[in-house]
Amino acid sequence: MSEARLFKPRFNPAKPAFGILVFLLYLFLLAPLLIVFVVSFASNQYLSFPPEGFTLKWYGMLPEESTFMNGMRVSIIVAVIVTVVVLALGVPAALALDRFEFKAKGVVQSFFLSPLLIPSIVLALGMVLLFGPLKLTNTYAGIIIGHVAITIPFVIRTTMMSLATTDTSCEAAARILGAGSWTAFRRITLPIIQPGVIAGGVIAFIVSFDEAVISLFVAESGLPTLPVQVLRYVENSADAAVAALSVILILISLAVVVVVERVMGLRKALR
Amino acid sequence: MTVTKTQTPAVRRAGAAEGDLELASRRRNRRTYLVLLLPGLLGLLVSFVFPLAYMIRMSFNRGAPDGVIEETFTLDTYIQPLTDPYYWRVTLDTFQMGVTVGLLCVLVSYPVALFLARSTSKYRGLLMAIAIAPLLTSAVVRTYGWMVILGTNGLVNSSLKGMGLIDTPLKLTNNMTGVTIGLVEIFMPYAILAMISGFGRLSPQLEEAAGSLGASKLQVFTRVTIPLSLPGILTAFLLVFVLSISTFITPRLLGGGSVQVLATEVYDQTTGLLNWPFAAALSVILLILFGLIIAVYQRLTKKIGG
Repeated sequence: MSEARLFKPRFNPAKPAFGILVFLLYLFLLAPLLIVFVVSFASNQYLSFPPEGFTLKWYGMLPEESTFMNGMRVSIIVAVIVTVVVLALGVPAALALDRFEFKAKGVVQSFFLSPLLIPSIVLALGMVLLFGPLKLTNTYAGIIIGHVAITIPFVIRTTMMSLATTDTSCEAAARILGAGSWTAFRRITLPIIQPGVIAGGVIAFIVSFDEAVISLFVAESGLPTLPVQVLRYVENSADAAVAALSVILILISLAVVVVVERVMGLRKALR
Repeated sequence: MTVTKTQTPAVRRAGAAEGDLELASRRRNRRTYLVLLLPGLLGLLVSFVFPLAYMIRMSFNRGAPDGVIEETFTLDTYIQPLTDPYYWRVTLDTFQMGVTVGLLCVLVSYPVALFLARSTSKYRGLLMAIAIAPLLTSAVVRTYGWMVILGTNGLVNSSLKGMGLIDTPLKLTNNMTGVTIGLVEIFMPYAILAMISGFGRLSPQLEEAAGSLGASKLQVFTRVTIPLSLPGILTAFLLVFVLSISTFITPRLLGGGSVQVLATEVYDQTTGLLNWPFAAALSVILLILFGLIIAVYQRLTKKIGG
């Protein structure tokens, strides 16, 4: 009795209840990803529950699905080129925005971040309208140009984040000690911004690789990317064959998440 | 001078102002920053400004059958959706979906955000990453996951049937219910991020103070915790609202053609009917709605930040 009294005030029933609630909400948040894993290993011929047994046949079928393999090839080519292009465009711009003083800086910065504020369906329509007469629809160039708009803000943001957390005195010191501006950049600034550049690059890669709406509008008929192929497939049937492919897409995203978390922190990079 | 990690621009400049170096480099800066900015600006001009400008111009043209575009300057494309009750329905449905998804998303994200903001666990970083990570996974894949969960032979219906609770499967996909559930989950990471950023003034000390002054647990929560986290809740709601009124993939897949919102309507007008000017006008209308809410959102975040 006395023991019970001693412990009673310490026990707060709200705490475990809150813990359980948070756990359930996490489960809800991860539910679609977890279920795709389960289904991809289930031997059920048609999509149904519970899983009847374990199989790897869905994964084995992937290399023979030419639509998926073609889509994968297109998506990888697009995402790699987009990453290179957008780093080449974005990193210098981020440097200018952080290390130089000039008029209308705030406006220029907002301009670089603004594509994220425009609904992608609106952008996609604008692109297909403009690219049509220019013969850019259903071409790599068209998809890549389309993806540049939506990936550049990430590169600018992560690079600027790296620049903002370090001061310029190192670069000034290098210059005073006789380093040319290129040497100072290569030996001092580049190592400083490396995390931001890596984070921005991998985010740009995955955003382009997973992008579906712009690719759908710009190149649905002639050069469908992997997300477009998955979209089409899923539209007709939600069977298990596409689950294995989805797992692979999730694993690629996971690799990106790990890299970003390691180099600069996911929350910082995506804020 | 004490050297701090984050220096103000003034301090930075003072640090660099060593003799003539400053003046000379400044003169060089003039051109350097332009050279650095130019490629990015040109890139955005081609991939962002031109398409939007062209689309706005297109919305004043007239669409003829078979995708033919009549170059003109007319407001017909705007008058049609504004006078046709069908498009009012679609716009209202879009709005309603945005509000519902926004409210539900805030409701389910709040406990997680509160937990992450307060946690002192050594796994906090990992749990934070897990909560945000779905942001970087494909929307198509996550929507597919929801189709597997909610479909006729999906997890929910199979489980309920297995337990003998239902005979005929519940209709959870190809309607607004499915779209709403899917969107609430897909936008959770955004809401969690926005809330944590908006929780600036929320501190455990204030809650402890209220508690030691005699407030009950419930009173502390409703009178201290909720009011102080209101800025975060509001920004999260607005963010999810704008994201959901413009989203396309989830309404398309989980709606299965029977959910019509502005974004799916834009797609149908282009691929199905080839009425480009009309689709452009619908996009401009969507853009205006979007811009109004973004303006409110930015004003709010500024207020919170200041």
